[in-house]
Amino acid sequence: MSDTTATESTYKAFSGRSSNVTLKNVTKVFTSYDTKKEVVAVNNVNLEVAEGEMVTLLGPSGCGKTTTLRMIAGFEDPSSGEIFIGGIPMTTVPPNKRGISLVFQSYALFPHLDIWENIAYGLRVQKLPKAEIAQRTQKAVELMQLQGMEHRFPAQVSGGQQQRIALARAIVIEPRVLLFDEPLSNLDAKLREKMRDELRALQKRLGITSLYVTHDQSEAMAISDRVVIMKDGSIMQVGTPREIYEKPANRFVANFIGKANFIPCDVVGYDGQEAMVAIYGKTLRLPKPGDNRPAVGSKATLCVRPEAIRLSKDETLLGGKVTRATYYGSHVEYEVQLDDLSIITEQNEAKESELFHVGESAWFTFKPELIRLLS
Amino acid sequence: MENDGTQKTTAAMRAVQSPLTEQIHVNGSRQRKTAAVKLLRQPFLVLAILLIFGLLALFIVFPLVKVGTLSVTDEKGAFSLEGMRQIFSNRSYWQTFWNSIKLGAIVAVIATLIGYLFAYSLTRVKMPAGRFFQMLATLPIISPPFVLSLSMIFLFGRQGLITKGLLHIDDFDVYGLPSLILVQSISFFPVAYLTLTGILESIDSAVEDAALNLGASKWHIFRTVTLPLSVPGIASSFLLVFIQSMEDFSNPAVISGRYTTLAVEAYRLITGMYDTRGGAILAIMLILPTLIAFILQKYWLNGKSFVTVTGKPTQQRKKTGDPRIVWPLFTLCLLISLFIILLYGTVLVGAFVKTWGINYKLTLDHFKYVFSLGWDTLRNSIVLSAVATPITGILGMIIAYLVIRKNFPGKRVMEFTSMLTSAIPGTVLGIGYILAFNQKPFLFTGTAFILIMAFTFRNMPVGIESGTSTLMQIDKSIEEASTILGAGSGLTFRRITLPLLKQAFFSGLVYSFVRSMTAVSSIIFLISPRWNVATTRIFSLFEISKYSDAAAYIVIMIVVILAAIALLNRLVLHSGSTNSQGNVRKSKHKGLAHE
Repeated sequence: MSDTTATESTYKAFSGRSSNVTLKNVTKVFTSYDTKKEVVAVNNVNLEVAEGEMVTLLGPSGCGKTTTLRMIAGFEDPSSGEIFIGGIPMTTVPPNKRGISLVFQSYALFPHLDIWENIAYGLRVQKLPKAEIAQRTQKAVELMQLQGMEHRFPAQVSGGQQQRIALARAIVIEPRVLLFDEPLSNLDAKLREKMRDELRALQKRLGITSLYVTHDQSEAMAISDRVVIMKDGSIMQVGTPREIYEKPANRFVANFIGKANFIPCDVVGYDGQEAMVAIYGKTLRLPKPGDNRPAVGSKATLCVRPEAIRLSKDETLLGGKVTRATYYGSHVEYEVQLDDLSIITEQNEAKESELFHVGESAWFTFKPELIRLLS
Repeated sequence: MENDGTQKTTAAMRAVQSPLTEQIHVNGSRQRKTAAVKLLRQPFLVLAILLIFGLLALFIVFPLVKVGTLSVTDEKGAFSLEGMRQIFSNRSYWQTFWNSIKLGAIVAVIATLIGYLFAYSLTRVKMPAGRFFQMLATLPIISPPFVLSLSMIFLFGRQGLITKGLLHIDDFDVYGLPSLILVQSISFFPVAYLTLTGILESIDSAVEDAALNLGASKWHIFRTVTLPLSVPGIASSFLLVFIQSMEDFSNPAVISGRYTTLAVEAYRLITGMYDTRGGAILAIMLILPTLIAFILQKYWLNGKSFVTVTGKPTQQRKKTGDPRIVWPLFTLCLLISLFIILLYGTVLVGAFVKTWGINYKLTLDHFKYVFSLGWDTLRNSIVLSAVATPITGILGMIIAYLVIRKNFPGKRVMEFTSMLTSAIPGTVLGIGYILAFNQKPFLFTGTAFILIMAFTFRNMPVGIESGTSTLMQIDKSIEEASTILGAGSGLTFRRITLPLLKQAFFSGLVYSFVRSMTAVSSIIFLISPRWNVATTRIFSLFEISKYSDAAAYIVIMIVVILAAIALLNRLVLHSGSTNSQGNVRKSKHKGLAHE
């Protein structure tokens, strides 16, 4: 078929080319069939994924992360904007000629083909010589530790194995870009952690440019070079896991990644890098307030992570009544009522003297270097 | 640095938000353009779409347009309502119209009741001999035409076994509405049974269990949960049977007596009085109610259904074994089944006795007579059906695939047109074909080709429907996986979709073969001395009252049909199955692994 030979030549042309992914002002508008209403699923997204990098799109359901991934794969067309792979615009390139692999949430294994044929499928499509197909498939089988089950059918193997088969099938064609659509969401918690570490190790070893979609923040933190936080179709923040956690750009990001308290404050002034803020009439000096610089005299919000507050029984400037104490083993989480705010704190060294009971008074000591200023 | 970027992005976002609506309209056309460009990159797909549109236009739309234009023109081809006026001012045609509607409505009610009885009994109750009932409830679908009518004549006719033989009634008139209702109800209740089984099976058993758990009695559950949930199915089954009854030709043609119906009158007008225009106008009168029923069923009822098509049964339904429920239902089903067996058995016996009603001596004379007539018609039937069947099957699967999985302009039109023939009575399609294909460049009259096309396009909807419902249950990402691995549309269809559609494909093949073998109304105008078929030969045996010979012919047809089903079963389900291929591959690359 002319179809296949075209694929083959495209693939050959692609391999060896650079594989960075660029999204330029990409917007996707869906028109719902019954109401004729237009829904903006992805809103003017700009993103650059460098060669060999692993970037995660993270956000709540409906934030546009899967739509973004499907546009890169070519299953959806952007309403406006352009997607480039290796610097080449993809607008008119059909999905089967993009040199991309996708690991599906449902794995999408071919139920009528055995494991071997599932993995070899992409190679057969390229009409490679038989010996090469056998050799590369065998390599993928070994890499994914699927030896001995080559001739079983997908329905006859476990969920973790299905996951491995899906991955083997995706990497065996040596794609320029590997896409993951919540690939671990069907596994149980233990296996999910194991697979996620394996996946990351494999991606690093093969050096394939990868985009990974998930709604699980710990998965995103564990697996990525950089994380893209999305909400309502827009990018909220892009950064390394550490940057995202330590310097959240806004309240949504701070809340989505880890736990955070938001305390209203007045901006008193700046002193070089440092910021002076007042909460409940008490002035606080923040040595690392982050990149947000609300105007002096304006109202702002402090992002205070639970571990940035130490509780004590000795009176300090601010305090309140303990309303909840939850024992987590490694730490104890307390909820303290400060005025009309519920402040969550994490106490690591649960020494006898520092145990609090519900109803007791507790006093805050802040670790100012961990507090960020949000506008 | 990152934060800078973010801030810029947010600023840009805000800027975009206001003129977004304007932008969308620009985007709309751009998106369409992109889609078009993408489509053009897949020549196989474009070609398939264009080819199918061409075929649908030529073999479905064009003939219908011909029927429509003939009914509103005069001899010279100018616009005229004179033909309409003549037909409509004739009260007997109005009578015929209402006869058809009345028959359709009565049969639809009875067949739906019987269908519901069987469907409920087999899905909800621990029925003894369940498989036996299941078989009987689908038997009429694969049986040749005329069987049940013939049986009625054998049993209740002037020489009837029951009327004359047992009751000694000499002047019982078997021909008329009551016989017609009986015969059609038995013929079409399988349609109701299958529709209702689908609905009853897809009602989540948890819903009924929940009612039971809340303390409701079995009867209360049926009344307040099961029955209301199956209402869309009941309505659907009613409309489908109504269409079948309206378009039925073979039963009313031989047993309706003076109770005229549209399908038969149209035939009589054309073949007896050479009034093609009159026939076309009756065809229009016939197609309107069936089309309305079709549109109601497809577009109105489908939206009303409470059950999802996709979900597999979550758990095994626990059937009730309560004897107070089992035995009454069993008795009812058994009585109906025995009656069906009596009808079929009568024809079987009728084929082997000397002269029905007079001399019941066993003989093979009728088979000898049928053989002496020559194998031509039967061979023609088999050849034409065998050629039409794979075409129908593959075309049906391709259309189902395109409609469910692909996006292209005119998709809805393709879906509607390809399903349309399930609402077009065979008589109407037949009239359309003689009108459309009697002159160049489409001069097909008298050829095998026109018969094959009639079979193909008339039987396609069922294949499309089973393909569609299977496709909706196959995770779309399985095909996307094939695409992203580099396969184009054609390759994905061949390697992934078609194998997964095997079961639907098979049932489509069986159905279209059987329907082709048993077709009467759609081809009665299209046969020629060279291409005569078995069913029309049976019809002519009826017309000269050679009932036992007709019975012999029918018995032969049943044997052929059963053999064909068995053969298709072997061909599709066993040869080329994944397992055998898997074995071949296994040995092949085991060798390689050792190297």
